[in-house]
Amino acid sequence: MTNPQPLDFDKNVSRALNDTQLIKNIKSAMATLVSKRKTIFSDATETEQLRTLGNALKKNALSKLPQLLEQLEEKCTQNGIKVHWAETAAEANQQVLDIMKSHGATRLVKGKSMVSEEMELNAFLQKHGIEALETDLGEFIIQLNHETPAHIIVPAIHKNKDQISKIFHDNIPDAPYTEDVAELTAIARKTLRQKFYQADVGLSGVNFAVAETGTLCLVENEGNGRMCTTVPRVHIALMGLEKVVEKLADVPPLLRLLIGSATGQLITTYVNMITSPRKEGEKDGPKEVHLIILDNGRSKIYADPRRRQTLQCIRCGTCLSHCPVYNRIGGHAYGYIYPGPIGKILNPQVEGLKTAGVLASASSLCNACEEVCPVKIQIPDLIRRIRNESYSKDSTCTIEGHGYKRNLTEVLIWKVWQIINTHPSINAAGLKILNVLGLKIPKIGPLKYWTRYRTTPELAKKSLHELAKQHGVDHE
Amino acid sequence: MDHYPEKPQKAYYYGTCLVDMMYPEAGMAGIRLLQQEGVKVIFPSGQTCCGQPAYNSGFPDEARAVARKQLALFPEGHPIVVPSGSCAGMMRHHYPKLFDGDPDIDRIIDFSQRIFELSEFLVQVLNIKLQDRGDPIKVTWHSSCHALREMGIIEDSKSLIRQLKNVDLIELQHETDCCGFGGTFAVKQPAISAAMVKDKTDDILQTGAARLITGDCGCLLNISGAMQHNNIRIGGQHLAEFIWERINDQPSTA
Repeated sequence: MTNPQPLDFDKNVSRALNDTQLIKNIKSAMATLVSKRKTIFSDATETEQLRTLGNALKKNALSKLPQLLEQLEEKCTQNGIKVHWAETAAEANQQVLDIMKSHGATRLVKGKSMVSEEMELNAFLQKHGIEALETDLGEFIIQLNHETPAHIIVPAIHKNKDQISKIFHDNIPDAPYTEDVAELTAIARKTLRQKFYQADVGLSGVNFAVAETGTLCLVENEGNGRMCTTVPRVHIALMGLEKVVEKLADVPPLLRLLIGSATGQLITTYVNMITSPRKEGEKDGPKEVHLIILDNGRSKIYADPRRRQTLQCIRCGTCLSHCPVYNRIGGHAYGYIYPGPIGKILNPQVEGLKTAGVLASASSLCNACEEVCPVKIQIPDLIRRIRNESYSKDSTCTIEGHGYKRNLTEVLIWKVWQIINTHPSINAAGLKILNVLGLKIPKIGPLKYWTRYRTTPELAKKSLHELAKQHGVDHE
Repeated sequence: MDHYPEKPQKAYYYGTCLVDMMYPEAGMAGIRLLQQEGVKVIFPSGQTCCGQPAYNSGFPDEARAVARKQLALFPEGHPIVVPSGSCAGMMRHHYPKLFDGDPDIDRIIDFSQRIFELSEFLVQVLNIKLQDRGDPIKVTWHSSCHALREMGIIEDSKSLIRQLKNVDLIELQHETDCCGFGGTFAVKQPAISAAMVKDKTDDILQTGAARLITGDCGCLLNISGAMQHNNIRIGGQHLAEFIWERINDQPSTA
């Protein structure tokens, strides 16, 4: 939806690789996140048990998703939370606008919400004369600079302190130029504090929504989430439909996994558990709470039993931090709000292969993402699945745009490869011919890319088959 | 792996396509190390490739056709030893997925469970003891992603280097980082792959090692190729060949 045109990934990659400051910022920040996570999950056995539990809890929730979503709606409604269903991002945007209009509201303060980024809510509201202000410090920085998040958890991580100093000075009225972190934070705090008081409506995301109790769970470190969900008289919470869990007791292990994986903390500074609007006699809290539950392509993924695990994702971002590709190109090169390994499997499934399928090629299948995923999503297997469907016109394929990449050259290459490798004599003869031609593999096709950065591979004078025979090794 | 078998009288050897074409001396070293430990090695001559290139590139039917040919070459119950963590990972962990629902699945799972990476087999099954006869040398070690994360045998590989008394193993700062090979990834995303291998060679350089040792020839082809391209005079070598030369003071092909 966000990118109707096919993604020009090559262009994005080359731009990112040439931005030395960007890569330096990303690498150093990711190294910190990786090492903090390692400290929190230092006991391998305990971590493995916890990840197995996280996987089971999310799998369980997905196995009864329709039922749990209905239960969530019922409980929330009983608690006084108004529930809205949105099939598309456009519908969800309209719902936010309608709620704002019904209150005559023109100012919105936002806690961090990736779903709102997915909906491009800020731009939509702006078109309708509504100011939507990001209050998470990282989101605030990139909003000032008119950018999208570069990372799911740390949206402005691609910027260093000096760059942020300049962004503040250039974009915040009367902000003096300073490189002092405490002063920069004070500037943001002063600007935002005033906005919290003025805002009519506060918006937030949801980390887990508990079907059993109708509780919306939200974690954050800056207190801006609590401000957005308690100070304005109306609170709107946005969630993707995969965020529902069955029981309140499911939340503690999932929180431990989410927080440990995301920021390497044991617990965040703020853990918000929101169950209702302000009740009779209570002195604070919003008078109205709305929950918008968004599909936006998720049910298409849900329908396929193998691909369904994509929806287990709890948006911790640790697959990004550990990904060697993300570490070299940063978040924006992926062209979508969800970058990194999770983006490589999520975007092609939601947007279709023609527009986003190329992302699946950006993996060396090193398995670093799968090794750390707190809910054990088999990301490399799903990347292979996307690659398979990219080339397959078979009617058993379920991803939109399957077969888009099928071309005679590659089909032929792999057919020839198959013939060579199922006929050992042809294989041996082929090697001999190449040997006679001068011991080099021809520098055509893919090899010209290889040799741009490496020497040409040389064939050995005698293959292992020949050496083994020569040394009298038994062959059966 | 939880339980390793007793030392067998015979073992199959699966050389892999890269070793066959580019690094046969590493392949021979593996065979001769097994023989030296008293294992009779069988090298089925019909073997070609495990099928991983097609499996990872979106061509599972072609991968299955090639994999099925390999399966037929190892009929007896002997362990199958592979001088590559990546190809071993393919055959141990991915064959059951590739052939999911296949009528032959029981035989395929039996085959997968007989797969061992070479250093894993030398350490865990043969309990090999190495006598170093070489001159003092500083080396560094690169962990292949699949040896590390699929096979989980990196400690076995490094323990072999540590048995060599004249070898000083200097570890990389980012040992577990992918070198950027990834099979067809290196040609489908050449610029990203190049950035990854550049970081790897920088890390190798800072160790001051004279040689890079690894257990996978894909990584070796990538890293050595990048070092040669940039005139870095550090040789790359497969672990099996390195060990063979250290303990026998002669090449594996002699």
